[in-house]
Amino acid sequence: MTRANVDPTQPALRAEGLGKTYGAVTVLSDVTLDILPGEVHAIIGENGAGKSTLMKLLSGHVAPSVGRLLMGGSAAEFPDAAAAEAAGVVLVHQEILLAPDLTVAENLFLGRELTRGPMVDDRAMNRRTAEVLASIGAHCHPRDRVGSLPLAQRQLVQIARALLEPRTVVIFDEPTAVLANDEVAALLDVVRGLRARGAAVLYISHRLDEVEALADRVTVLRDGRMIGTWPAAGLTQRAMADLMVGRELGTLYPPKRTLPAVEPQLVIDALSVDHGAVQASLALRPGEVLGIGGMIGSGRTELFEGLMGLRPSQAARITLGGHEVTHRSVRDWQAAGLVYLTEDRKGKGLLLDEPLATNLTLQALDSVHPGTRLDHAGEDRALDRAVETYDIRVRNRHLSAGQLSGGNQQKLLLAKVMLTDPAVVIIDEPTRGIDIGNKSQIYDFIDRLVRAGKAVIVISSELPELVGLSDRVLVMRGGRIVAELTGDAITEQNVVYAATSGEGHEAEPQGRAAQTYA
Amino acid sequence: MTTVTTEIADAPRRIRWADMGPFIALALVVLIGTLINTNFATGTNIANVVTRSAFIAIIAVGATFVISSGCLDLSVGSMMAFVTGVMILTMNRLEPTMGANAILVGAGFGLIVGALCGLLNGLIVTVGKIEPFIATLGTMGIFRALITWMSDGGSIPIERALRDPYRPVYFGNVLGIPLPVVVTLAVVLVGAFILYRTKYGRRCMAAGSNADVARFSGVSVARVRTTAFVIQGLCVAIAAICYIPRLGAATPTTGQLWELQVITAVVIGGTLLRGGKGRIWGTVAGALILEVIANLMVLSNMVSEYLVAAVQGVIIILAMLAHRFIK
Repeated sequence: MTRANVDPTQPALRAEGLGKTYGAVTVLSDVTLDILPGEVHAIIGENGAGKSTLMKLLSGHVAPSVGRLLMGGSAAEFPDAAAAEAAGVVLVHQEILLAPDLTVAENLFLGRELTRGPMVDDRAMNRRTAEVLASIGAHCHPRDRVGSLPLAQRQLVQIARALLEPRTVVIFDEPTAVLANDEVAALLDVVRGLRARGAAVLYISHRLDEVEALADRVTVLRDGRMIGTWPAAGLTQRAMADLMVGRELGTLYPPKRTLPAVEPQLVIDALSVDHGAVQASLALRPGEVLGIGGMIGSGRTELFEGLMGLRPSQAARITLGGHEVTHRSVRDWQAAGLVYLTEDRKGKGLLLDEPLATNLTLQALDSVHPGTRLDHAGEDRALDRAVETYDIRVRNRHLSAGQLSGGNQQKLLLAKVMLTDPAVVIIDEPTRGIDIGNKSQIYDFIDRLVRAGKAVIVISSELPELVGLSDRVLVMRGGRIVAELTGDAITEQNVVYAATSGEGHEAEPQGRAAQTYA
Repeated sequence: MTTVTTEIADAPRRIRWADMGPFIALALVVLIGTLINTNFATGTNIANVVTRSAFIAIIAVGATFVISSGCLDLSVGSMMAFVTGVMILTMNRLEPTMGANAILVGAGFGLIVGALCGLLNGLIVTVGKIEPFIATLGTMGIFRALITWMSDGGSIPIERALRDPYRPVYFGNVLGIPLPVVVTLAVVLVGAFILYRTKYGRRCMAAGSNADVARFSGVSVARVRTTAFVIQGLCVAIAAICYIPRLGAATPTTGQLWELQVITAVVIGGTLLRGGKGRIWGTVAGALILEVIANLMVLSNMVSEYLVAAVQGVIIILAMLAHRFIK
């Protein structure tokens, strides 16, 4: 993928004194870094550290206020993203920006279709698409409709689109945020493949395990400033985390609690969810964190959306606090004291255009506003309390939810469901795409919940989180609960093994899991 | 933690120019009207314009709810004709026994019919899970055909005996304010209260802003939307009650193409067509802008009044462009 005119002794892309200010606000200052051909250069930092800004400056999406870029030793200017792409620098976006109703090939060639005479040349485009897909190990077909593909495949299509032309520099912005473990491993292989072919790769991720497994060098940003660049070989995950937060980080996960021997709070007997889960049974006790593991697509989210009545489902018997639950809807569950936090906080959790207070009270409208009329003063007080309890950091309370950072959005979502005062909380991906400082706060919060006698279910794709938080772990595969892990048996290896190895599934070699989560 | 709390202490809310747009536009149109035609700013003309805009404004208040909740109702014009026809037939039937009281009973019945028409639309959309555009395109045809059938292609006139007692509802006034304007004001105030100050209004916005978020938050999107359609039906019936004394009859062309004027008024008033943001007062400004422009074109001879619809079309496009650039 390397361009012939690149001098291998020069950095493929070099930033000198790069900075960006908006009005009086400096979001990034004085970043100087090299990305060499054939290296994976990781950028880490908390949310708001300036990672995304740096990406956009390097890829021409945003023009720098100060500083300059050099490619192969000579000055380069990118007035827009197209210019950067023409020069061989491409950003693989974090969000999935594909047209769901077009095929994979149509998406790849969108806006740059191959033609033969006046007609689009589908055959040539499909052929070229198949080549690119094969080169990154994607298993979809050029004629598949993108909307019908699982999330992980769509992410690979997004990458394929970026790699359609030869690239000197490939920038990944949190490519694994939405992927499950086996898919992450496949993606890391794609990145390694790019490196082997001489591309310079810039890799942004929250997942330090990936950075440790993948990166040759690591640059740390903090509060819009560059802290430094280190060879990855000498950095442990803990050292990276310490550099990111600028202080010694205490233990990320709260210590495990001793479980009281009490009757279960929630008992699910043989719950089946259409196109999701098969005959799943579980019991949850007060004061317990029950982890739900499994690959994406194993039916974890579907099981609990079905439980909530958000998907068609049937169950033999479900009891909450000893009473049989007959009507299952979000409202009924809420009245009975059970809430579910969606994994999709932007699509299903928050009204991004609405202010914080509106979002906060949407689920608990009846308790915050006892009459027909809205009680704005009461709503403001609720927001004050939520901001303090959950440490939501905002400059101005009239901001809309979409203007918050991922971490603050997650805390707002947590505050929103907690406003209904539940006894059982089901949290789907509690810390997806948020930085380590916010993660640690959310873990502490979950710990406080169970210590106060509530029962919590945590569904997570992040193995360290699942293992670090849970008192007990159920692992799902193919819509069924296939394993229960307790005590010392709760290890990443055991979860991965149960999630991937069994009848009808390809056995996942444990070595790869160990490599991913080294 | 105290630092955090002070940090988010109330910053003064800025005036949003995008929200002021419809009112500025209305002021501009009125100013232009005053400058180019001396007859425009007279009391009688202004009263006339505002009264004529009442029907569109009342229906558009209902449409603001439907559109805010993420739906669309194309059937309002036909529904208006249908409800008008049903009301006149009811009043005529009751007149021999009840006299002028037939108007009250007929109007009450009209409100019920309007609400039921709205309910029908709502249930087709929410229970039948049919796109609002298609569902109301269907009922639009049904209502229009029903009024044509009921009137046998001609007109359904109201009984002579009812004309005089009914007349003030359109031509009368309270303290000098025409009655339809008073009714509009009442509808707008109630509408604004429901949309901005009640939990229902909040849920309505949530359903339109992101139906999934609403569902996951325990809001019954189907119930919210069905209710919005019922509110729309009630608004149509209220408009029909004020409309009957104006022409004294229902015909197959009553309310024809009003749905377009209603949607135009709502959209130039700043309500988002995709839902999630409703502006009741903006809607009223939108209805007034449409009527003022039509009035100006009739008063002055610069542009043929046959081009009224074209000018209104230009206005909606300009309004949307302005909205984008202010943003």
